Amino acid sequence: MQGILKKISQINFGLLSPENIRKMSVTKIVTPDTYDEDGYPIEAGLMDPRLGVIDPGLRCRSCGSKGGDCQGHFGHINLARPVIHVGFADTIHKILRSTCSNCGRVLLTESEIAEYKEKIGTKHQNEESINDIVKEIYTVARRDKCPHCDEDKEEIKIDKPVSIVEGNYKLTSSEVRERLEKVNEDDYILMGINPDVAKPEWMVLTVLPVPPVTVRPSITLETGERSEDDLTHKLVDILRINQRLKENMEAGAPQLIVEDLWELLQYHVTTYFDNEASGVPPARHRSGRPLKTLAQRLKGKEGRFRSNLSGKRVNFSARTVISPDPNISINEVGVPEMIAKEVTVPVYVTDWNMEDMKEHIENGPEIHPGANYVIRPDERKIRVYDETKESILEKLEPGYVVERHLMDGDIVLFNRQPSLHRMSMMAHEVKVLPYKTFRLNLCVCPPYNADFDGDEMNMHVFQTEESRAEAKSLMRVQEHILSPRFGGPIIGGIHDHISGAYLLTREGSEFEEDYVYQMIKKSNLPFPEPKNKPWTGKEVFSLLLPDDLNMVYRAEICRKCDECLRQECKNDAYVVIEDGQLISGAIDEKAFGAFSGKILDSIVKDYGTDKAREFLDSATKLAISGIMKRGFTTSTADEEIPQEAKERIEELLNMAEKRVEQLIEAYHNDELEALPGRSLRETLEMKIMQVLGESRDKSGEIAESYFGMDNHAVIMALTGARGSMLNLTQIAACVGQQSVRGGRIERGYSKRTLPHFKEGELGAKASGFVHSSYKEGLDPLEFFFHAMGGREGLVDTAIRTAQSGYMQRRLVNALQDLSVQTDGTVRDNRGIIIQSKYGEDGVDPAKSDYGKVADIDRMIEEMRIKSKAK
Amino acid sequence: MKKQILKHKLVPDHAILSKTEANKVVKQLNVHQEQLPKIKADDPVVKEIGAKSGDVLKITRKSHTAGKFVIYRLVL
Ligand SMILES: [Mg+2]
Ligand SMILES: [Zn+2]
Ligand SMILES: [Zn+2]
Ligand SMILES: [Zn+2]
Repeated sequence: MQGILKKISQINFGLLSPENIRKMSVTKIVTPDTYDEDGYPIEAGLMDPRLGVIDPGLRCRSCGSKGGDCQGHFGHINLARPVIHVGFADTIHKILRSTCSNCGRVLLTESEIAEYKEKIGTKHQNEESINDIVKEIYTVARRDKCPHCDEDKEEIKIDKPVSIVEGNYKLTSSEVRERLEKVNEDDYILMGINPDVAKPEWMVLTVLPVPPVTVRPSITLETGERSEDDLTHKLVDILRINQRLKENMEAGAPQLIVEDLWELLQYHVTTYFDNEASGVPPARHRSGRPLKTLAQRLKGKEGRFRSNLSGKRVNFSARTVISPDPNISINEVGVPEMIAKEVTVPVYVTDWNMEDMKEHIENGPEIHPGANYVIRPDERKIRVYDETKESILEKLEPGYVVERHLMDGDIVLFNRQPSLHRMSMMAHEVKVLPYKTFRLNLCVCPPYNADFDGDEMNMHVFQTEESRAEAKSLMRVQEHILSPRFGGPIIGGIHDHISGAYLLTREGSEFEEDYVYQMIKKSNLPFPEPKNKPWTGKEVFSLLLPDDLNMVYRAEICRKCDECLRQECKNDAYVVIEDGQLISGAIDEKAFGAFSGKILDSIVKDYGTDKAREFLDSATKLAISGIMKRGFTTSTADEEIPQEAKERIEELLNMAEKRVEQLIEAYHNDELEALPGRSLRETLEMKIMQVLGESRDKSGEIAESYFGMDNHAVIMALTGARGSMLNLTQIAACVGQQSVRGGRIERGYSKRTLPHFKEGELGAKASGFVHSSYKEGLDPLEFFFHAMGGREGLVDTAIRTAQSGYMQRRLVNALQDLSVQTDGTVRDNRGIIIQSKYGEDGVDPAKSDYGKVADIDRMIEEMRIKSKAK
Repeated sequence: MKKQILKHKLVPDHAILSKTEANKVVKQLNVHQEQLPKIKADDPVVKEIGAKSGDVLKITRKSHTAGKFVIYRLVL
């Protein structure tokens, strides 16, 4: 296909004049009926054959081309009375308001006119918009008297959608048109009208263009019944009323009847253009469904622009539910066989793959590595059937294209909406698997933000070698382990990977050698020399690490002790790796977790993406075998604390509540001292919040002191696998203060939160302090306050996603054509420089050290260990 | 009192390039002069330093990423 390239130098928007509408029309439409009894279109009806043909067998009576080639031709309806175009009602109102009804001049003085015309002239010369000036003119030209003929100006208002009211009198459309006709042509430009392409009176319609049938095709249902397009229905209404109006006028019917019909005609024409115009009840289908008229075809998410022009449906794509598969690589995606047989890869037949392709054709569309279509060198597409198989196989020769089934190792694009960053679409290698879901490795959940509670994802199959090559080098999952957002890993271990690695590597964990070999085999690691004694977990994990890896860091489990004991840390939180041997410290989220994995980060940056993928694939499997050795589970039993602890917490909370009462009393007795810059009330509020906050934290600390590292929930919280200590203490000790709009709850009834309290009560309980723990259970009042706080959270996230989605659309629109050139400059599609060096420092954040060119401290530390190791 | 905008800490250093310097910059960046970023002739700093339409300005400003960054702008 050859495209024609033309540069658009100018687009002119104007109005269609009645003459133009008649000139482009092939026929006048008069009858509201569409087809006669025999099903043939009626002449001068809405389906007049001169309006174009759709049926490919017929020839068009207007242009002579066959159906499909004929784009259709407009007709027209002569309106019995003029009607205002809804889309221009506001403009008409502004023009009438700014012009004199007597002399037709704009309500500006001669000097103002000269001044504005000059301004507009220079804007034109600079090819700038005159919108600001026109806006200003419309505000200035609101005078009580015409500066030209001294005629008094009555106020003109608009009664939505299309009624123009002068004083108390509603102008008829004819009167509106007459006034617009009167407007002086020299003043057009002042009101933003280009006299070359528009006249204001054209905004009041006297003749209505009828779009060709190709725009509003009728559908024949299976029953043989014909169903017309919404636009046709609307045009039928217009024609009917128009005819009745004409008849009544000719018969000299009373003014009232004529006016009623005129109004009705206005209604139908208005809803024909826009069926959601404010102030007009939408026209409905017989079923009660509102009609989809012209404006509705274009507007909004389902409109022509967003749904058909900015976005399109594509072939060779699939969508289904996702589920996890820890046994496939992060680079892979499991594709159901059912899908693999539907979406295909085009393969050019050569002398070298001839036999292979023949096998595919032999298998046909039903057996898996088969083929669905064969494309001959003359571009004819032939479906592979049992009947056609033989002749295809006979004729197959180099130059043919076989559309074969998707197979293991093919590269596909995998995507989850909302596609907010580049990691939302990555290239995966296909692995054809049984069942009906897409399978993905758990490590790629964070970049897609995917979970398995019913999420669906899309897959697209590349159709050219170029796209495959490009995707393989730029879009493969392993190339996206580091996020350009913060220069650290975004793909990495999650949940059980983290708990598992911790259980494997923490101090004191030992494994019999035979189990170690099982783990090693499962993780696809090379077999080491046998030790003939039990292995420590740290020794096992060291098998994953490159031999020259050196690093030190504090693990996620680090409790930030006042004085760090370093390697002697009793929490096992000081990680030291010397020449690829894990000397001290346990492996947790900080090692290879998504968002913060330091070892992973270092491996990607120093050893490349291939090594990093191997590391992740093996490390996660090793961690899983570590967790499988002992089993791992959690329940509310993990949040159980002894009676003694409960009593201590109860005492603490009661003291805090008493302290709050004291503060309130002090406030009422005016004994409270205001903090600088705060009112007394604010001071009280802050102090109460502080007391209650502290008591919650303290109660948490008490609960925490009874939690040990043998507790699975605690392991998960401290290693960063899932949950937090706050979650646990809220379950075990005290939920704490609920908040709405960043403060204690104070809304609801007048002067109190609920009718259970006294007016003006300020106590802890009355303002949403939840004393209970989740495990104990909340009392009804606490439950209600908790629901209030929870609701606010939900509303906030809903609003935030809507706002950020809109912002994203606008940013993408503004930035979509910018790219970094080979010389390091950022330019738009016209070659205009946006930045003369990308990011001003030329650094690719995805290849940087957390945004910096290099982390000098880290490098020095590594060298220090290295020299010490020698 | 006229404000001395050039001395304000938020106004970076603007310098007018001579024709030969401007040509050198354009050649170095491999662009037409019109492809440079623009600055309006009625920009307060442009008026203050007396740059004319068609001049190329060398603006040296602080940068979060690079410390110091030089950008060239064409006066409209
Ligand atoms: Mg989900
Ligand atoms: Zn035609
Ligand atoms: Zn006048
Ligand atoms: Zn420590």
